Amino acid sequence: MTKALDTPPVASSTASALRRSLRLDVRLLGLLGVLILLCVIGIITRPETFPTQENLSTMLRLAAAIGVVSVGMTFVIIAGGIDLSVGSIVALSSVWMTTLATQSYGPFVMVLCALLVGLGCGLVNGVLISYGKVVAFIMTLAMMVSARGLAERLSDRRTQVVTETGFTEFFRASFLGIPVLVIVLALVFVVGWIVLNRTTFGRRTFAIGGNAEAARLSGINVKRHTALVYGISGLCCGIAAIMVVARTTSGASTNGLFYELDAIAAVVIGGTLLSGGRGSLIGTLIGVLIFTVLRNIFTQNNLDTDIQNIAQGAIIVAAVLLQQTTSRRRKRKPATSEPGPQPTQATGSQS
Amino acid sequence: MDLSLHAVSADEDAKPLLAMRGIVKTFPGVRALDGVDLEVKAGEVHCLLGQNGAGKSTLIKTLAGAHQPDGGEIVWNGERVTLPSPVAALKLGIATMYQELDLIPTLSVAENIFLGHERARYGFTRPAAARAETAKLFERLGHAEISPDEEVGELSAAGQQLVSMARALAHDAKLIVADEPTAALASDEVDNLFRIITELTASGVAVVYISHRLEELRRIGHRVTVIKDGRTVSANLDARESSTSELVDLMAGRKVQTAFREAGAAAVEFGDTVLDVRDLRRDGEFRDVSFSVRAGEIVGLAGLVGAGRSEVLETIFGARGADAGTVSVDGKRLRSGSVAAAVKAGVGLAPEERKSQALLLDMSVTHNVTLASLDDYSTVGFTQRSRETKDSLSTLERLDLRPADPWRLVRTLSGGNQQKAVVARWLVHGCRVLLLDEPTRGVDVGARAELYRLIHELAATGVAIVLVSSEIPEVLGLSDRVLVLREGDVLADRPAAELTEGDVLDMVMEGSAA
Repeated sequence: MTKALDTPPVASSTASALRRSLRLDVRLLGLLGVLILLCVIGIITRPETFPTQENLSTMLRLAAAIGVVSVGMTFVIIAGGIDLSVGSIVALSSVWMTTLATQSYGPFVMVLCALLVGLGCGLVNGVLISYGKVVAFIMTLAMMVSARGLAERLSDRRTQVVTETGFTEFFRASFLGIPVLVIVLALVFVVGWIVLNRTTFGRRTFAIGGNAEAARLSGINVKRHTALVYGISGLCCGIAAIMVVARTTSGASTNGLFYELDAIAAVVIGGTLLSGGRGSLIGTLIGVLIFTVLRNIFTQNNLDTDIQNIAQGAIIVAAVLLQQTTSRRRKRKPATSEPGPQPTQATGSQS
Repeated sequence: MDLSLHAVSADEDAKPLLAMRGIVKTFPGVRALDGVDLEVKAGEVHCLLGQNGAGKSTLIKTLAGAHQPDGGEIVWNGERVTLPSPVAALKLGIATMYQELDLIPTLSVAENIFLGHERARYGFTRPAAARAETAKLFERLGHAEISPDEEVGELSAAGQQLVSMARALAHDAKLIVADEPTAALASDEVDNLFRIITELTASGVAVVYISHRLEELRRIGHRVTVIKDGRTVSANLDARESSTSELVDLMAGRKVQTAFREAGAAAVEFGDTVLDVRDLRRDGEFRDVSFSVRAGEIVGLAGLVGAGRSEVLETIFGARGADAGTVSVDGKRLRSGSVAAAVKAGVGLAPEERKSQALLLDMSVTHNVTLASLDDYSTVGFTQRSRETKDSLSTLERLDLRPADPWRLVRTLSGGNQQKAVVARWLVHGCRVLLLDEPTRGVDVGARAELYRLIHELAATGVAIVLVSSEIPEVLGLSDRVLVLREGDVLADRPAAELTEGDVLDMVMEGSAA
């Protein structure tokens, strides 16, 4: 952040852009380091089973659905919101797409059904939050409870097996050795990254999360945009539901349990601010992978899930603490080159 | 200016309760207090007069222990003291009633009054004791009907003012600082407040009273101290004997002319009418506001804070819906209450609270600059990043925003440069009308001159500008035409050259028409 007044402005801007991307990388590199460390632990403790292609493919397949949900969650949190209903929307979509009636129309209708149910739930969240002014936490909490309730009612609490073999075969297949589920995750991630970083929609999402009032006074339709962001999250849940159904060949109202917690944890350790305005999808993806690898190591070493949960909690706190120290350092540095906070009373806020 | 300092310093009576001498307080880039003297005797109502920005708030915050002075001394009861914290000030017996009431609306009256010095034993609160004491305080204030259990948020403005007063008394205050206590009160409530103040002073409590209403000073004030630009220009005048014009002249001082447009350049030819505001009204805020601005013209809105100036700007911009009246740009009527319509028609607003209303502090200058024009910088939704950078860089250079680094985070810029970033947003958008609300707030002196130059340059390119500022010299110096507002009414619409600072002060101060 040194001033480059002597160099031509263009040169300084490219240099600064470079520094900017490097700084981003420093934060992500730390996360990547944690991921690699976990992999090393896995290789050391289970050298014969951990670093196999089969295990890698299992891990990625397990990570795929939660990864897609986390992409949507990243949008919501960057826009300054929160979505607690993702797990229940996955359950409802998975149940709705596997009812006998839906299955009778074939695989395409099943997929379409899951996407529409997910998108619909997300939009209901979004419309009531932005136009109905219901607090996001409360609205999505209500959706979390009632969507799962509706899923239980639709399925009669039974597991609905998928009889449509074309559907399961397609999604359980591999393409060039890569499971289709992983390809879907990659596609969702890439599309999400482009939308967030290369489109006006993404820019406005950051702007609304960073300062909703400033966005409004710049002529941005903050309400409509917020509603759409929740729609995206719902749509991601619909995609995730398809993936869960494909993996388990069944739809059940117990699907997607605690997805909201896993997704929020992955987003937060990925460096996205819970208060909104700043975040990264790459960080989210690494966050998802960290938790997946952690779980895999515990399973492979036959360790109890309670220790796994403790470790998971510790990682979340450690990651957030780490980010706070880096962001503090970034804030302190420029303070030397600027006059600092200006006293408002000195310039006329008196009467 | 310093001649009058010791003119009325003969104090034949008792030793002063409080004496502040040569108080200096600087903030980065601003010298808020530059040698203020204030002397208060027990049992008097001492009025503090000064324009917006004169340093009154800084002075009372220093007295309350909220700010630490960089120089000067404070003498309390004949002893030199320091006030390292608000608690220290309260312990001495100095209580402050801030203008923006610092009460917690969700707590009860009694809880608010004893906040920070709760009636407690072994860490357990004693609500009954607090309630009983609160009831006694309100009895003393003549308002026994206010229940200690009532939630403060439920009370009227006058009721909250009383709670604030009761809290000062609960601290056993010997000196109460009241910052515009009547600003939110109706006239009968004002009478009651004055009765209470009179009773308090009769019992030996001193009051430092700040108000813009000169007739109030005559009613309850004993002595007056006038400050301007962080200095005491006249101390210990007699509140009843001093004439209005004398006080206004002292507050206004000499006319500030630096950095404003030269008198010779006043006869500029303006273009066609760009912005036309007709009979605009918002209930409870302002009424019947009509004016038009031609291309290249700067129209200033003068008035005190709360006169409805910012509200007028935000209503023109569509951030607030109008209850009546129309806003037209280039003859086309704007949809009321729609920011998008205003932006599309080429209206831009640089709002009063730059940081909370305009800027994305953790985003780059470029992203802030193009925020209102994203549709112009995208093809089928994809942002054109290189064009964005190029245009924002050329705008930064045009505005001389330093450093001219389009990727720098806005948070790290100084106040003046942040303001330029806001202006740049509307320049890039190609605005026809620019609404500037307190453009120089939080901007240091050097950067102010630059902003003034910039505003004139923008006008010269044909932008119609509406300017709001609390500093009357700034409005007069920058504008071609000035509208004076008081409590939502337009009192005057005149060429700036025909108005003096004293004229405007006369108009905005209720009851001070000499």
